[in-house]
Amino acid sequence: MSAPLTNAPVVRVEGIVTRFGRNVVHEGLDLSIRAGEIVALVGGSGSGKTTLLRHVIGLTRPAAGRVEVFGEALDAGGAPRRLARQRRMGVLFQHGALFSAFSVAQNIAFPLRELGMMSPREIDRLVALKLEMVEMEPAHALLMPAELSGGMVKRVALARALALEPELLLLDEPTAGLDPDRSASFIRLIRALHRELGLTVVLVTHDLDTLAQMATSVAVLAEGRIVSHASLEDTLALDHPFVARLFRGLQARRSHSHGAGAG
Amino acid sequence: MAGRALDEVFVAGASGIRLAGDWTLRGLDGLLPALRRALAAVPADANWSLRSIRRMDSFGALLLWQAWGGRWPVALDADEAQRAIIGRIGQVTAAALPMPPRISAVDAVALLGARLLGFVGHLGGFVALLGRLVLDLAHLLRHPRDWPLLEISANLFKVGAKAMPVSALVGFLIGVVLSYLSALQLRTFGADAFIVNILGMGIIRELGPVLVSVLVAGRSGSAMTAQLGVMRVTEEIDALAAMGVSRGLRLVLPKVVALVLAMPLLVLWISALALLGGWVSAWVELDIGLHFFLQALPGAVPVANLYIGLAKGAVFGFLIALVACHFGLRVRPDTESLSANTTASVVSAITVVILADALFAIATRSIGLPV
Repeated sequence: MSAPLTNAPVVRVEGIVTRFGRNVVHEGLDLSIRAGEIVALVGGSGSGKTTLLRHVIGLTRPAAGRVEVFGEALDAGGAPRRLARQRRMGVLFQHGALFSAFSVAQNIAFPLRELGMMSPREIDRLVALKLEMVEMEPAHALLMPAELSGGMVKRVALARALALEPELLLLDEPTAGLDPDRSASFIRLIRALHRELGLTVVLVTHDLDTLAQMATSVAVLAEGRIVSHASLEDTLALDHPFVARLFRGLQARRSHSHGAGAG
Repeated sequence: MAGRALDEVFVAGASGIRLAGDWTLRGLDGLLPALRRALAAVPADANWSLRSIRRMDSFGALLLWQAWGGRWPVALDADEAQRAIIGRIGQVTAAALPMPPRISAVDAVALLGARLLGFVGHLGGFVALLGRLVLDLAHLLRHPRDWPLLEISANLFKVGAKAMPVSALVGFLIGVVLSYLSALQLRTFGADAFIVNILGMGIIRELGPVLVSVLVAGRSGSAMTAQLGVMRVTEEIDALAAMGVSRGLRLVLPKVVALVLAMPLLVLWISALALLGGWVSAWVELDIGLHFFLQALPGAVPVANLYIGLAKGAVFGFLIALVACHFGLRVRPDTESLSANTTASVVSAITVVILADALFAIATRSIGLPV
């Protein structure tokens, strides 16, 4: 096993170019994320945040450039090696992407079952643990995804993403659609996991509260590249029209009531 | 990963059990069977030292908690973080997951009853859809400007024009096969000329409409059900309702009208090609010329049969579209329901068409038969 707690980049993308038809989304984008970071990826709508995330997961391929995860190119090695690498990351899709034909418990158990290492009893216990981690009642385990509220879908999806104890967690709009209370506990949960397991987290978000409370650094995506990758304080000081527009609200709030809302 | 040994993570010494390395899902991969055996062999009162563990996740904690029999061991050397992770496992194992309910004899009876009631529910839903359609038509008669012409024309193109190539191929080949098999029999009786009667009656009155129905039910009926079903899943139908747009008028009616209009034309098309295929085979086998074939056809097949065939086409089209919409609107927002309803739609449509065909056969038993 490689030692994941060193500061080697967990995700490194270099010179990414992405086009949809004539629409160029990324133009030579570079980003490097070190182990243990919580990086918030921000940018305007359609700036290619989710697309970048999909490149890292390996769902799409950029037209040019190189994507490395855990120090290896995405397509390096044979199928077993690629699968092992895939299992080191957990993904929370924007709309949850729960399997609609499975119950909540089956959804969370699915990746564990696929692994083929555990007895059904152990799987049940781990499912119960993950459910508790995301603050769901055990009674919810038998519900079907169609019976869940939007916030519950998010939490179940997070539990499923955490099932394989990932080292890299990719979150697409994790707190969108959660009420402020849930969103605060969601942030607490991610921070706790980050502390305990040394998780590396990449999150795409529009929610400034999430960003301010979670991220250890902020990567700003604009004009097809990462225009800044720095701590929140440094990002706020940045002289860039998009950054100014995006963070105007946050700056205003900070000057009014400093440190409010931290739970 | 090759050549990893158990003593990287588990050492049983004189002073007790010393654990080391990565107690994580990935770290224990490959060591698990041996580790489980080793953990099971540890005596209950052993000393445990977790100090050398580098990383532990909930899977590693679960393994330990199971090895300890669900209790904290008497002698444990672990740091706070490790105790916290293991403690969490201890808490949730008390509150286990609820079991899915088991099926008893009473449930089986209830299931049977539910099936029966479900069938009644289907009939009710179907009649309601039919009623809705009649009301929509009545509305359109009074408000001719509300005809969803664009939707009807789009559907007509989809279910009619686009179905022409495949129905042509199927029709032609069925004609060839039917004619070839009949020709073999007829030749033994020397009744070659009757090939025209067999093909004409069989194809125009019976085979054409039924063949088209099966094709269209599989091709367009399933597509309609799936489309409506996905629109339900993505809440598009709710969005229409929220805008005050009648789903009957915009979604159901155009499909029904389009199939009622397109089916007779498809029947004509497929019958013509089946007859052509039949003639080709008859020409090869029995040396029957096209001129003779065309001249004998009107005599052998009274024109009433053509009208019956076209009417069947229209009625079958109506039934297929209505069945498809009925099942499409019953889809619940999950993949299982979508696939079940699409299957049910095609199977029901074909069954209903065959039933209707039997009714047609009884109702028209004295019409169009040559004297």
